[in-house]
Amino acid sequence: MQHYDVIVVGTGHAGCEAALASARLGLRTLALSISIENTALMACNPSIGGPGKAQLVREIDALGGEMARNIDRTYLQLRLLNTSKGPAVRSLRAQADKRAYQLAMRGVLESEKNLDLREATVESLLVNGSRVVGVRTSAGTEFLARAVVLTTGTYLGGRIHIGPVNFASGPQGQHAATALSENLRSLGLELMRFKTGTSPRIRGRSVDFGRMTEIPGEDLGYGFSFETGSTKREQVPCWLTYTTRRTHDIIRANLSRAPLYSGAITGTGPRYCPSIEVKVVQFPSRDRHQVFIEPQGRDTDEFYVAGLSTSLPEDVQNDMIHSIPGLEDAVIVRPGYAIEYDCIVPTQLKPTLEVKGLEGLFCAGQINGTSGYEEAASQGIIAGINAAMSILGRAPLILSRAQAYIGVLIDDLVTKGTAEPYRMMTSRAEYRLLLRQDNADLRLADVARSVGLISQERYERIKEKESMIKAELDRLSRTYVINRPLEKVSGDSRDDEARGHGLGSREAYPDGASLLDLLRRPEVTYDSLGPLDPQRPAIPRGVAEQVEIEAKYSGYIAKATRQAQRVLRMEDHRIPPDLDYGSLQGLSREAREKLASIRPVTVGQASRISGVSPADISVLMVYLRARSRSMPCTSQGPQDSSAPSGCGGIGPASRSGPNGPGGECSQVSEG
Amino acid sequence: MIDNMSMDDTIAAISTPVGEGGIGIVRISGPRAIPIAREVFRTAQGKRLNVAGKRRVLYGIVMDPATGEQVDEALVTIMPGPASYTREDVVEISCHGGLVPVRRVLEAVLHCGARLAGPGEFTRRAFLNGRIDLAQAEAVIDIIRARTEAAMRRASRQLSGLLSSEVRELRRELVELLAGIEGRLDFPEDIDELDIPASIERCRKAVARIEDILKGARHGRVMREGAMVAIVGKTNVGKSSLLNALLRHERAIVADNPGTTRDTVEDMVDIRGIPVRLVDTAGLREVDDAVERMGIQRALAAMQSADLVLVVVDSSQQLDTQDEQVIDQVAGRPAILVLNKIDLGCRLSEDVVGRFLRPVAAVRVSAKAGLGMEDLRDAIYRSVTGGHVEAGADPIVGNLRHVVALEAARDSLLSAIEAFHRGLPSDIVAIDVRESVERLGEITGETASEAVIDSIFEQFCVGK
Repeated sequence: MQHYDVIVVGTGHAGCEAALASARLGLRTLALSISIENTALMACNPSIGGPGKAQLVREIDALGGEMARNIDRTYLQLRLLNTSKGPAVRSLRAQADKRAYQLAMRGVLESEKNLDLREATVESLLVNGSRVVGVRTSAGTEFLARAVVLTTGTYLGGRIHIGPVNFASGPQGQHAATALSENLRSLGLELMRFKTGTSPRIRGRSVDFGRMTEIPGEDLGYGFSFETGSTKREQVPCWLTYTTRRTHDIIRANLSRAPLYSGAITGTGPRYCPSIEVKVVQFPSRDRHQVFIEPQGRDTDEFYVAGLSTSLPEDVQNDMIHSIPGLEDAVIVRPGYAIEYDCIVPTQLKPTLEVKGLEGLFCAGQINGTSGYEEAASQGIIAGINAAMSILGRAPLILSRAQAYIGVLIDDLVTKGTAEPYRMMTSRAEYRLLLRQDNADLRLADVARSVGLISQERYERIKEKESMIKAELDRLSRTYVINRPLEKVSGDSRDDEARGHGLGSREAYPDGASLLDLLRRPEVTYDSLGPLDPQRPAIPRGVAEQVEIEAKYSGYIAKATRQAQRVLRMEDHRIPPDLDYGSLQGLSREAREKLASIRPVTVGQASRISGVSPADISVLMVYLRARSRSMPCTSQGPQDSSAPSGCGGIGPASRSGPNGPGGECSQVSEG
Repeated sequence: MIDNMSMDDTIAAISTPVGEGGIGIVRISGPRAIPIAREVFRTAQGKRLNVAGKRRVLYGIVMDPATGEQVDEALVTIMPGPASYTREDVVEISCHGGLVPVRRVLEAVLHCGARLAGPGEFTRRAFLNGRIDLAQAEAVIDIIRARTEAAMRRASRQLSGLLSSEVRELRRELVELLAGIEGRLDFPEDIDELDIPASIERCRKAVARIEDILKGARHGRVMREGAMVAIVGKTNVGKSSLLNALLRHERAIVADNPGTTRDTVEDMVDIRGIPVRLVDTAGLREVDDAVERMGIQRALAAMQSADLVLVVVDSSQQLDTQDEQVIDQVAGRPAILVLNKIDLGCRLSEDVVGRFLRPVAAVRVSAKAGLGMEDLRDAIYRSVTGGHVEAGADPIVGNLRHVVALEAARDSLLSAIEAFHRGLPSDIVAIDVRESVERLGEITGETASEAVIDSIFEQFCVGK
């Protein structure tokens, strides 16, 4: 029998990050895959990033994960979305060469020295008491480990629907993991059934791109990873076309054959990724919907038809496709389908992604009720890190909502659960302005160093960047300009509106304005200030970007930082894991039940549970205080990871480093 | 809600039963309690508090630091922590009982940066900062629970009917606006560009509706806490006789104000069931020259803070420049034009004065002869209650907590409008709009995040 430290079940986006994190932290790791060829499979659309998701990818990178580097190696197209909508929501999005992405990721796994990659289907977990000690495969082989990470994706109890036909299957015709669901149920886990869908793929040679709008990539000079330099390459365009009234008529005429409407599908689908039949039914007044034709790779003629996710029968899919301009003669390579799968109710998880009551079992990705490659990878790296931490006897990594999108994602899952496949959106993050894609390295540097997945050298580079930002902001605030014609500063001197904002008029530009004051004006950029600033030092693009954002939005950033710090303080109030809520007088019944079931780790988390009122939180705090006085301080180890490391990267945030005060004991109040 | 949990800010509340007893106490607790007291309090000698932290009691006045206006005279008790109820620095300001002074003192304190305390929050802080065993903890829990629930019951009573549905509707509207902004940030390819002028217009409309509700709030407060009515006019138009005439047949609801400096110029009367504090600015003026300037200032301040101004003119005389000066100062404030001395023959019509002043009403009286006084009382009643509130009907909003939340929601929207105008990107504007949604949610007990996401999916067809 083979012994490992950590076994990762599944090598999708969650599994790859989990396995790499564990192995890179020095633990002997086994990654089991139903099909090694399908490692890091992008089973749905070919893109990575976009609003909310790009931030996740950057955070994975800041923590020392692989997704960002891998997409930088293999993208076909890169764009920056939301450029005019503000720093918080500017988001990179790449179109991946799917095959290249998979192969590159597989190569990374194979070259990791502590990691074994092996093909096997896991049928059950090996359990000793309340501790998971390994897995048994369908071949009857047993592997022992001190921690197991489940990243089963849509393989778990997977069932594909195409029209009236349905069959047990993983994504893209892979075979499903059929036995494991029952095993999880027998271990007391509550499962849910979710559904997601994907679009037909077509052959490029059969498409008339001349009837579509071309969407080219952009040469941005950088990529997803903070460590990647220029990723300049020849990019491949996407194409935009639209459905027609005829498309909608075809769909309406065939709704009775749609499994979503016939009752064949019972799983809950995502609202943000509706199938075309749902779009047509729910928005009957729309006479067209966007359809993006996206390349899947440089060495394939297969294209993805984004926007046309469907589980209608194949003949209807054919008719639909042919009713779309440019696709009149398109040939389907693979039909779209819906897939139902099993996942666990995520409130059964701790914020570490360990299953409550089953020591050593961690879950990440779609099994936790999420959807999306980036969401999966985010949980993967956290589950991998925490599986390792639990074995190494070190404090777990729990990111707060004020620190990272990953914190928002996991806190939402384990505190509130989810009623549909969960996708990250920037509107889920209360402190969006602090959690930008551009400052993920600064935000997470201390945490990443204390975890140990980034090198000391990289950490020092980030600290160097931080001090350059400070120094440049300081210099700008101390550099005053004398009155002179302003046309040079304004982006466009003929723009009357810019004058209206004040920059174009001599009066509004008094002697003694600092460069920082000028930079605060909406129409002024760091670059456009150059002519007024002859002594300017040469600073890297990333530093100038931070300087500009910090200057322009300092008031809003400071306010958000204050709010975030209040939240972080609530996260300092830890709740002992053995707290008996039944014995707490004064809690409302609903609060007692919810608290007992979710078992929040901190008072902050407790306050976000629906049905727990401010009065209940008061009661809880009073009780915790009394308890901490009446019994000796039982340390649970410093929870370094939840200590904030400065929300805005720079500015007044840095309260304490990763090893600062965080929880000497279950301290309720700093008095 | 997180706000109520934090322990490092400074909280304040009225700590005596409102409207009962001759003394009202505003309690402040937290690190800024003493600095805030320094800002709002002046000793009888006109000095600020000495910061040195020792326990003591001082006599002086409370002033609104924003306006410099005197709010009330008061005794201030300084209790530096840990020898205080909460073990934090605590200041108690004892002022005249009755709702108006206590509330105005509290408002001055809040404007200096204190946060309105949550129910049971002093007790909770006292407990969390003190030494206490589990049995005592359970007693404390009972108190906090009871106070919270009583406060919730009270709040839900106060949140009756009209206000609740108004605020809910307003909030729904803002959630939709916010979802329109947020949806475009999260699904930039699926939704067309935001219509900024239309969004600004929606913010403006929301601000106007909040202002309307706040006006209702003032009327609701007036119903329970009384209205302040200032009597202004040049000398010898009969202000004092008007005050006396209003007092004569009415029960003075504050029988005596021992030791006050305002006994001849201010009194409480009951007008159609509403407590009204009448301030005769004449009394402030007709004193010897040495203090006249201060008197004029106080008259102006009284006028500024009054719910209603009675502008008195002598209708037996032509309007002169002195009258016009008085009228100028009243401009823009709710006012009733009182044409006095009609028994002496009338040389002045409403129209003449109306050229300068747009009063909510004009009434002809003779204070001396007691003519027209009932008409004046009706006019005062209609004005301070907004004209549409029947006696005994539910006040729209009077709860200070609701007012604070509404004002914050309004201010956030004004900030959003400014951000739009300054050309700030929509992720920044969204912060202000979200803040206003959350503030309104404090009244209706709803949280924003899920509602906004739901609204995105209801309004827009998004996702590939």
